[in-house]
Amino acid sequence: MTKNPTEFSLTLDGKTVNFTPGETLYEVAQRHQKDIPTLCYDPRLESFGGCRLCVVRLEGAKNPVASCTTRAEAGMVVHTSTPDIETHRKTLLEMVLSENRELEVSPLRGYASQELTELSERYQARTGRFEGKQSGESRIDDTNPFILRDYDLCISCYRCVRVCAEEEGDYAISVMNRGFETQITTEFGGLLKDSDCTFCGQCVQTCPTGALADKKAMRYSETPGEIIKTRSICTYCGVGCSVDIMTKGEQIVGLQPAMDGPANEGALCIKGQFAYDFVQHEDRLTTPLVRGDDGELHEATWEEALDKAADGFKRVMRIHGRHAVYGVASGRTPIEGDYMMQRFIRAGFGTNYIDNCSRA
Amino acid sequence: MSNPLKDMEKPDVIFCIGTNMTEAHPVAATRIKKALRNGAKLITADPRRIRLAKMADIYLPLRVGSDTALLLGMAHVIAREGLIDKAFMDARTTGGEAFLEHVKQFTPQWAESICGVPAEKIEQAAVLYGKAEKGAIFYTLGITEHICGVDNVQSLCNLVLMTGNVGREGTGINPMRGQNNIQGAGDSGAIPNNYVGFQPVEDPANQAKFAEAYGRTVDLERGITKVTALDLAGDKIQAMLIDGENTVVTDPDRKHCEKALRALEHLVVIDIFRNETTEFADVVLPATSWGETEGHFTNTERRIQRIRAAVPPAGQSKPDWWIINEIARRIGFQGFDFESARDVFNELCELSATYKGINWDIAEKGQHQWPIPYEGHPGTPRLHEEGFKNGRGVFKIINYRDPAEVVSEAFPIWLTTGRRLESYHSRTQTGRAHGIDYLLPEEVLEVHPDDVASWGLTDGGTARMSSSRGHVDIKVQANPRSPRGTVFASFCFNDTPVNILTGGGYDPVTHTAELKVCPVAVTPVSGSS
Ligand code: SF4
Ligand code: SF4
Ligand code: FES
Repeated sequence: MTKNPTEFSLTLDGKTVNFTPGETLYEVAQRHQKDIPTLCYDPRLESFGGCRLCVVRLEGAKNPVASCTTRAEAGMVVHTSTPDIETHRKTLLEMVLSENRELEVSPLRGYASQELTELSERYQARTGRFEGKQSGESRIDDTNPFILRDYDLCISCYRCVRVCAEEEGDYAISVMNRGFETQITTEFGGLLKDSDCTFCGQCVQTCPTGALADKKAMRYSETPGEIIKTRSICTYCGVGCSVDIMTKGEQIVGLQPAMDGPANEGALCIKGQFAYDFVQHEDRLTTPLVRGDDGELHEATWEEALDKAADGFKRVMRIHGRHAVYGVASGRTPIEGDYMMQRFIRAGFGTNYIDNCSRA
Repeated sequence: MSNPLKDMEKPDVIFCIGTNMTEAHPVAATRIKKALRNGAKLITADPRRIRLAKMADIYLPLRVGSDTALLLGMAHVIAREGLIDKAFMDARTTGGEAFLEHVKQFTPQWAESICGVPAEKIEQAAVLYGKAEKGAIFYTLGITEHICGVDNVQSLCNLVLMTGNVGREGTGINPMRGQNNIQGAGDSGAIPNNYVGFQPVEDPANQAKFAEAYGRTVDLERGITKVTALDLAGDKIQAMLIDGENTVVTDPDRKHCEKALRALEHLVVIDIFRNETTEFADVVLPATSWGETEGHFTNTERRIQRIRAAVPPAGQSKPDWWIINEIARRIGFQGFDFESARDVFNELCELSATYKGINWDIAEKGQHQWPIPYEGHPGTPRLHEEGFKNGRGVFKIINYRDPAEVVSEAFPIWLTTGRRLESYHSRTQTGRAHGIDYLLPEEVLEVHPDDVASWGLTDGGTARMSSSRGHVDIKVQANPRSPRGTVFASFCFNDTPVNILTGGGYDPVTHTAELKVCPVAVTPVSGSS
């Protein structure tokens, strides 16, 4: 049954557009490349309607409405950007900014950490216009190595609390008090490690101000160079979460979840989020090693080492036959390594003497 | 997994068995939590009161190694209560009648006598799963790391087949793969019985196909497993090439394993760190690490995804494929002229039945889940929608068997091993990540608080844990996650090498070691507190 198209259409900035029932005005506008500012919005979370930055003018309504919580209805006439609305947004932003100390927020703090900064630049919103009282007190006593709790920058958007509840199902943090007294806290107000927190870092990545920040990445705040992101896949478990590896020059400075990763859709766990610095660890093997006559392993050139490796297999094959050689592939290396290992055994020795470590 | 990860939010009944998903696969577990918020019901079977047990509507605390008994009892109830999907069984399975007859003898009371789960709980769980519109099963190594691992998996298949919970959204039988690319390792043919893409080596047609591709005829007989190869080390097996695996620490029965490696005439190890295994090698070759390497991982839902290099290789390290190609060339093998990961991947896809429809460029965005039988095919997020690959789903007659070793007077306690959230396998990687020690500085033995008291242990003190193969000293943690009479430890820490103790037996079919069950004795170490 096809519906009459007008049944699911509305007017957006003078143009008739269609929508799917259940869509919010914000989502409809997004699809039509309208740049509506938001602060408490994260597409993965239930709409919250806290910051009101996303307000739009809806004809027939007395006041502007929050587009992230208002469901589209047939026949609505919506204006996403009018002089009134823009002034309103700017005022709201200045109120929000007045809560924060002035500070350059490093993008290493988290995936969404630039949102407030970018908006204040876009609206040229000044700080300190309102008599600034501050909500949130930083928890410098929480010395966990992963998550900085710099609540001086908190604007009470509750994204952290909501991501922890809605996406993670952990409910490790909650909101205490209201207004300028608002404080994001754990149960009993303690350290994260004594709460249900699993250090997945999701609160860090959704925070729009950098109040919650990636402490490990911030170690490289002063490192010169532009941050480059390289898309890859987490190297730990079989879920296969997509990540962006952040580098400055030749240094890995941190990791962020890929919001469009098919397996994880923005989620990560502590291993994927924080356990990457083995890559550039000083213990890495950097040269081939060959066992000498003294029984110890010694550094060698690739030439020497590869020849010695090949000679050993040749010798064993000659003396004991081709079934005396066995290959063990890895469930950790890329599939190209596994394929070559089985090819080495099959195309080389003509046997099926090959396995991987899935049995361990 | 038969079904995609996305489907995890869709079932109305979820049955988790032998999986500590919130710790081993945390991001997958978030999807289960969402399903529960949407009203799904959860059944968790696990010896330990893990997080999934606390979240469960029905928790089945079974004795370690008794899974088949529990599952036979459940099948009995489903059959007795008429909750089978007759139409599905008729249309798509065989052996159903014999199976239904077989399970008549396994009452929940019988199951209780073996697995310790109260009969009425078994009834409830069976009825809940049996009635589900969309029932999905998830399992991990808690099912497979037993001498009866294959029986366990087949028992789960039987439940799926009798209720028709497969081939649809939000259903299926879903093993969660532990390692990032363990699925890919099997797919690539790095197994003794199949060429790339699960083409059996015993099929002469495949032999001919690969003789042509590789320029050399490969044996028609399947090879031996790694477990057997280690048993034969120093005898029939004299040389090994091991890539990226800390065999000594992660394999069971460590002493046996060390002896095997020592007995080899020639051992070459490729890895990114020196570790316990490289210490036995004649040649150690440094590989590039994740973050420095181009290639692909295949995840638990059969999705092939690109990994990319973000930084230059450490020192002189080289990609695994390059190293192996070089060794082959120097031995004088023909056809090892690969110049890039792309070359290798493209050959893999071309020769694989399951990756046939992709290549390096098509795989770029990670949109494909195998099988992808031809170019232009969108991939297969959900298996068995149309039918089973080999015709009909076959019911298997399963009987309960005791673990290889059972508790005795000398070793009266069950040890079960597993993973921890913060730590990964032998910790060569997580152990070197800044900050991880803050949460998990050392291994502990989780002992029920009442057992701590009655065995004369102290919380935080040291205990000596021994099996017939050896002993380790380990810090005691009073923890109600462990049931009475069962203790838990992971094998993540080399200074507490728990796998010295394990290794009592192997599954006769897969040679997976029985890491989940090991009878031990636990005694206090005097002078500790
Ligand atoms: S800490 Fe960040 S995410 Fe949480 S409420 Fe404050 S500003 Fe929002
Ligand atoms: S981030 Fe966590 S859940 Fe995701 S792949 Fe990595 S280890 Fe697995
Ligand atoms: S984004 Fe809509 S109210 Fe905050």
